[in-house]
Amino acid sequence: MELKDKLLSSFMVFEDRVHDESKHIHDIRNHAIKTFQQKGFPTKKDEDWKYTSLNSILKHDYVISPRHESAIEFKDVKKYFIHDIDTYKIVFIDGKYSSFLSETTHDGIDVCLMSAALNKPKYKVIIDSYYNKAAKDTHSLTSLNTAFASEGAYIHIPRNKVVEKPIQIIHFSTGSEASVMLQPRNLIVVDENSHVQIIERHQSLTSNVVLTNSVTEIFANKRAIVDYYKIQNDNQEASLIDNTFVSQKQSSNVSVHTFSFGGKLVRNNLQFFQKGERIDSTMKGVTIISDKQHVDHNTLVHHIEPNCESHQDYKGIYGGRSTGVFNGKVIVEKEAQKTNAFQANNNILVDDKATINTKPQLEIFADDVKCSHGCTIGQLDKDALFYLRSRGIPEKEAKALLMYAFANNVLASVKINAIKTRITKLIAQKLGVNLGFEL
Amino acid sequence: MLHIKNLHAGIEEKGILKGINLEVKAGEVHAIMGPNGSGKSTLSAVIAGKEEYEVTEGEIFLNGENIEELGAEERAHEGVFLSFQYPVEIPGVTVTNFIKTAINETRKAKGLEEMSASEMLKKIREKAELLEIDRKFLSRSLNEGFSGGEKKRNEIFQMAMLEPKLAILDETDSGLDIDALRIVSNGVNKLRSKDNAVIVITHYQRLLEYIVPDYVHVLHDGKIVKSGTKELALELEEKGYDWIKQEATI
Repeated sequence: MELKDKLLSSFMVFEDRVHDESKHIHDIRNHAIKTFQQKGFPTKKDEDWKYTSLNSILKHDYVISPRHESAIEFKDVKKYFIHDIDTYKIVFIDGKYSSFLSETTHDGIDVCLMSAALNKPKYKVIIDSYYNKAAKDTHSLTSLNTAFASEGAYIHIPRNKVVEKPIQIIHFSTGSEASVMLQPRNLIVVDENSHVQIIERHQSLTSNVVLTNSVTEIFANKRAIVDYYKIQNDNQEASLIDNTFVSQKQSSNVSVHTFSFGGKLVRNNLQFFQKGERIDSTMKGVTIISDKQHVDHNTLVHHIEPNCESHQDYKGIYGGRSTGVFNGKVIVEKEAQKTNAFQANNNILVDDKATINTKPQLEIFADDVKCSHGCTIGQLDKDALFYLRSRGIPEKEAKALLMYAFANNVLASVKINAIKTRITKLIAQKLGVNLGFEL
Repeated sequence: MLHIKNLHAGIEEKGILKGINLEVKAGEVHAIMGPNGSGKSTLSAVIAGKEEYEVTEGEIFLNGENIEELGAEERAHEGVFLSFQYPVEIPGVTVTNFIKTAINETRKAKGLEEMSASEMLKKIREKAELLEIDRKFLSRSLNEGFSGGEKKRNEIFQMAMLEPKLAILDETDSGLDIDALRIVSNGVNKLRSKDNAVIVITHYQRLLEYIVPDYVHVLHDGKIVKSGTKELALELEEKGYDWIKQEATI
């Protein structure tokens, strides 16, 4: 059976199981499955999917709702956590919440589960106001997630709270099924003047096939600050379609850093909607891949109101036969005067067989704006390489240092030092070097 | 120490060095002067092993060993150091971490253990003091946002740390004010010994007032057209390079 048909028939069974939900959620699900039924999976004929084919990952016979309960020991997965700082943790194993590995809270803030939020009356107001309001129901993959959404992270920060501890959202898959499809759903609502930092990671613990189709909605109300870090370093049989929608109100500041080092196929759909003045939106990414890996960054910033800014800076280093895609769209509406929108995408191709497709798209309807975009594709600078080698640093290490330097300005805006350290370690590991100091 | 025999080299079919002969012995300081485009920087890059240059004829011996097959890092491990005219910026890698890496990679290549942290620190302090470099400077990203003078001083700091047998200073004086020139020269002079040698490549005589050479060579159109003692540098300063060019064409 085709995956689409399998999903459609699984939906019936799934709907029966979640019968205690509100009519509101029930309606959202039914609308979503219809959208998915109509549109199906995207193909290369869709303009937004021109360079990314899902064919190779859709052919597996995925288990849609894994029933098998698996336990994992903290010591076995500790390395996937940012464990050197105190954090809240929301951890899932094969899509199921792991209370053992998690550290949630209801003390002044809600850091808990989507399943609870969707079912319990005390969360109804927030769910009714925010759930599925930023996610685009025209996207078939997002709709697919919405139809099946039952678990994920629910984070609500009431007004005037600076959350000192970052929140980690980690999804593990254990390989208890030969191939599994996971569809986590996260909702993050940050009220006026509040500040939160979130780290998200998807990690497969075996070489079994995993396809994750994740949707995250982030709402930043007036003057809220949200810093979101995505660490994508999964193994070679795990694929991720990440759909993240950010809705911002006046004077809020949201940044999303995406570090893509692993996985078979990774697609990041990242969309920002600016619904107020003096908003700041930042999207940054470092991609370092090799072999036959594929990473696709598809971004959108929608400037709707005046006096807002957006900053995009994506760096990519592609080796082996890997392929990269950067498709960055900036829309500046007629009313959005005095917009400052910057976009940069710089790439290094380390091997002849590696490819990058980069496509900036600017649609500007206002006349008093500053918008810039630039993309480069190049090789490592030979003079720089000679400089390092002339100091006794072997070619491999010298190249690694140069690649690190190339990616550095993305790291410079990471506010959590423990993440910076982790990322630099991952970069060194990815580049296969040990320089005797933490990059 | 360094023996260059009939060296011809160029880049992309274009010949730049057209038969260089030079012998530099331990304990000596040689200055190579010449007008722009005479091949000075090419010569230093070829000695240091820049791969873009092709040696078409002739040989370079370092301590009796032909170094043609050695990569730039291997030449560095053998004790060659080139101070760059335009050092490269490496954002995110501090001066300290960079020099640690350079030293330890060199030690690794020689089969030695990494230098201990305390020994490294001591050495860094000592050499930083010699070049009047303050501590804040050492934790900045390598060459990023450095002034011309800071870059050159940092080059000599690295040289001091690496303690090369053969140091080639390529236009180290360019972009230096008089104070920086004094500090840099003083650093180089302190590092001179009977066991190492220095090649100073410069356009002007000014640097040679501070780093006094034993020999001065004039490079023109890829050849050494005149060699002499330090007085030759003064003569060049006075008369310019034109008389050399004329002499060379006769």
